[in-house]
Order: sequence, then structure tokens, then C-alpha cells
Amino acid sequence: MSAPGILDRSLTDLAQALSRREVSSEEITAACLARIEATDGRLHAFLRVAPERSIGEARASDARRARGEARSRLDGVPIALKDIFLTRGLETTCGSRILEGFVPPFDATVVERLEAAGAVVMGKLNMDEFAMGSSNENSAYGPCRNPWDLERTPGGSSGGSAAAVASRQVFGAFGTDTGGSIRQPASLCGVVGVKPTYGRVSRYGVIAFASSLDQVGPIARTVPDAAALLGAVAGHDPRDQTSSTLPVPDYLAGLEEGARGLRIGVPREWFQGGSEAGVERRVREALSAYEAMGATLVEVDLPHSKYGVAAYYLVAPAEASSNLARYDGVRFGLRAPARALGDMYGETRDRGFGAEPKRRIMLGTYALSAGYYDAYYLRAQKVRTLVRRDFDRAFERCDLVAGPVSPTVAFRLGEKLADPLQMYLADVYTISANLAALPGLSVPAGLHPESKLPIGLQLVGRPFDEPTLLRAARALEREMGPSPAPEAIG
Amino acid sequence: MALSTEEVRRIAALARLRLSPEEETRLAGELSAILDYVRQLEELDVSGVEPMTHALAAGETPFREDVVLPGLSPDEALANAPARSGTCFQVPRIIE
Repeated sequence: MSAPGILDRSLTDLAQALSRREVSSEEITAACLARIEATDGRLHAFLRVAPERSIGEARASDARRARGEARSRLDGVPIALKDIFLTRGLETTCGSRILEGFVPPFDATVVERLEAAGAVVMGKLNMDEFAMGSSNENSAYGPCRNPWDLERTPGGSSGGSAAAVASRQVFGAFGTDTGGSIRQPASLCGVVGVKPTYGRVSRYGVIAFASSLDQVGPIARTVPDAAALLGAVAGHDPRDQTSSTLPVPDYLAGLEEGARGLRIGVPREWFQGGSEAGVERRVREALSAYEAMGATLVEVDLPHSKYGVAAYYLVAPAEASSNLARYDGVRFGLRAPARALGDMYGETRDRGFGAEPKRRIMLGTYALSAGYYDAYYLRAQKVRTLVRRDFDRAFERCDLVAGPVSPTVAFRLGEKLADPLQMYLADVYTISANLAALPGLSVPAGLHPESKLPIGLQLVGRPFDEPTLLRAARALEREMGPSPAPEAIG
Repeated sequence: MALSTEEVRRIAALARLRLSPEEETRLAGELSAILDYVRQLEELDVSGVEPMTHALAAGETPFREDVVLPGLSPDEALANAPARSGTCFQVPRIIE
């Protein structure tokens, strides 16, 4: 198998070719670097490519394979990371000027586990600043573009991750999802994105945005690829107090069991004309496909889901205002020159933060300030309980729920920039899973009938029931056949 | 409810953000619009509802023993410092 030809194959196929030694990690890593070189001037999925590091890791992997000491099936597979994961010795900015030049002194647990599995880290991917955004346009380093149409957004905040995977620059990527930041870009770029249950993947060394919502997950071109990546990083980490001790199942086992017998909940509230017609049509077709495969559709109610965006835009900014207090010019990152300490804080934060982090810090500070806490933050946390109860009730009658990921296909760059609230509403269907701490994913459900842009189906499941979600997503993937590759990037 | 620029200035001071007058005006408008939107939560009766203070069930994240483990060396911890003095982070004068 030739290295350039294999770029179009799945991570699973590549892993098999590597294990049979039909291709070397160095060849495929060089092919990925060439692909990035050829495409990223237009795409801007990467904030930083690490050619020497990745070739070095690839050679080490080939040496291990030659000795019969492969660390895992991922040994030698080129992947990349959203620039929110701390990588020892490799600059990490979180898409912000305030962290320009920051070189982490340690690795995130996710990075440690990927290296322990032998994966080759190709570099760091573009994102909205501090993961705040739904279009990647809030990156301080310029937006990433959608490989299906370079005038459109790849989604956000993990826009670079989805674009890099869709455009065949890498075989998989990791992102984070606080309100939809893995699922929405996956949907808009036509790839698979998984937000696991809160607590499933360690967040140690992952730059914090909203700590009660943030979760790490994979983006890949197929469901088995995503399952393999998730399995490599999931599991308890004593360094993350919120990481669960529940055992990690084999996500690849049972993946091919099909949809027969599954009870799929269809939330009435997700089909009330809130999506553009082409999106709703593809999502409904996916539901029909499940029925044809032997699943049962069950109408369910999520009456509080319409309050999700409002609750989210109190909880997330409140937590962000606290998490972003650490960027004060003292220990790392930007420091603006000033004669007095107070001036240094103010100047550093004014110059270092872009408009969206400032907006959220302001909103969160207001929501937490004296006299407003009960009315805003506490009320929003109570609404989260109501959102979760809706799901618990639904799951008495179904095994998972299904609906749209994003109300629209990829929108044009600049289209929602002037109105923050319109941008926030891009996450209307994804936010509930974060508020309720549940696992969710996006799986390709075809292209829009007119614009030919990708549309994702969202599946949300019971806590820690990623296996059922992955199995259902795999069933649809098989039914749909191989996803087409984006053509705009060439 | 419209947020005044005075109120924006007060919040910015709490958040240690130095905003330009243009930013203050823009944020007053934007934050007012967002707060109007989130106020729809007031429609809900949340009396007797427990806030979701923990996303995980009790017992899923047990306490661990408090044991000493290796951490960063002073040089590693200071490697990104904008200014340092010996093994300390250096900051502008605090007391005149």
C-alpha cells in the first residue's frame, strides 16, 4: 500500500497496514506532513506543526514494530491535538495571545496516554480562543476554514481538529467539548466526534474553560477509529479529581452488532422547526434508516432543553471567569509592562484576551457578583438538574436519543460574528448533553440536498453508555457507506 | 434590563480587565442582550430543586491518600515566568 494512497483510508486500516508492516510510520508521517504542507496554507487547521518531533516519534515507532514491541494498535499512527492540551516542550496557546510562547513543563494525561500507546503527535490544532466559540473565528491566530467550502466555518471550538481529520491531514484528533465543541465541528466537517460522559477522560493538563462541563474526546473519520482513540485515553486518573473510577469497556467490542432492538428516543423539542429544512430531512432519513435496521423509534419529551442555552451562558461564563483569573502576567504567558501590580494585571488581561473571553469573563463575573449569585448561577445550576431529569425520564423508555447536532450546515465566515447571541444559539442541540453530563456524539448523516455540505446526526446516551452510542453510530455508518472526502481542499 | 457603562466598569474592575471606553459601550449593549435572553430562566419554578453541584454520582470519584509525589523543579516551574529573581516570580512593586 503506498503512503499517499493510504491517506484516504481510515485509522483502523492504517493500524492494520502498520501491524502487517506494509507501510512504515515514517512513510505515513512524511505523507501527512506533505499533505499538511500542501493544504494548510488555505485551511489553517494547524497552529503549530512539529515535523522533527513527529518524524522522530515515527522512527521510534518503526523500531519498536521491527522488534515486535508495538505498544498498541495506535503505535505509529499520526494524530494531532487541539491546542488546549498541554504538551511538554511544545508551545501551547489555547488560541490566545495571552499564552503566546508558553511552553508547558508537563504533558496532559491524554498526551501521556497517547504517547504510551505509540501515537505520533503531528502538532497542535487551531481553535476558538479558550474554546469559546462555534466557528473557530475567535482564534487569536486567524480562523480555520472548512475543507468542504473554504468560505465557510469548520465549526468550533475544535474547528482545527475536525478540519484536519476531514481533509486527510491526520488520521484522528482530540478536542474538547464544553457545549458542543467536538460534535458541532464534526457535524459541519462530515466526520465522527465523540463527547464522552463527564468524568470518562482525564482533564489533567487540559486548559480549563468551564470545569463542570468540559470533557475531552476524539474526532475521527470512522466510528471504529473514534472508538479506538477513545479507548486509548479513557479511564481514571488520580490527578483529576473529577475522573471516574468506573472500568473502561472495550469500545471496539460489540461495535458491529447493529441497531436491531435498540429503542431510539426522538425528542419532540428537537424537531419543532428549529433546524433548516435540509438538516431536518437528513436527520429524519437517518431515523428511518434505524427503523429499517430493526430499531424502534420512541417519541420522548425533553421539556427543559429549550432553557439549555440560557443556563449554559450563565454556568460556563461563571466558571470561565474563575478559571481565567490565573492569566495575570505573573507566572506564565503575556505580561504587559506596568509600574504597579494592579496596572500590570489590567493591562496584561486587556491586551492578552480577545473579545469573546472578555465578554464571558464579564458575564461570569457579573453572574457571580454579590447580590446576583442566587438569581443567576444558582438558578442555572437548578435548571441543570431539571435538564438531567428530563433525560433520566426519557431513558426509562429508550436506550439513547437522536436528533440534529447543529440547526444548520456550516455557515459562512463572518456570518454570526456581529451577534454573540446568534453564535451561542449554534449550540442549541448540543448543550443539553454537557449540562446533563451525558455522552453524546456526531456521526455523518449525509450531505445537504442543495449545498452538498455535511450534516451530522447526534446521539446522546445514558451515563457511561458510550458502547451503545458507538454501536448505533456504527450501524448508521455502515448503512450510509463510506463518507465522501471534501473536495474544496483538493 | 440595560446594563449601564458604570456597571460595566465596576464588573471590569472586579475581573481585573482594563477596558477602553469603546469596549465598555459595546459590552454594555452585548451583555444587556445576553442577560435579557438568560432571564427566560425566571419562567421556571425551581423551588425545591437541588442545584447540580456535582456532575458525577457520589462514590465515582473517591478521595485518595495525601501522599508526597514528585512535582516540577523550581527551574521548570519558573521556565515560563515573564520575570524571575532567583527562585521567585518577580512582579512590579506592590507597596509604594
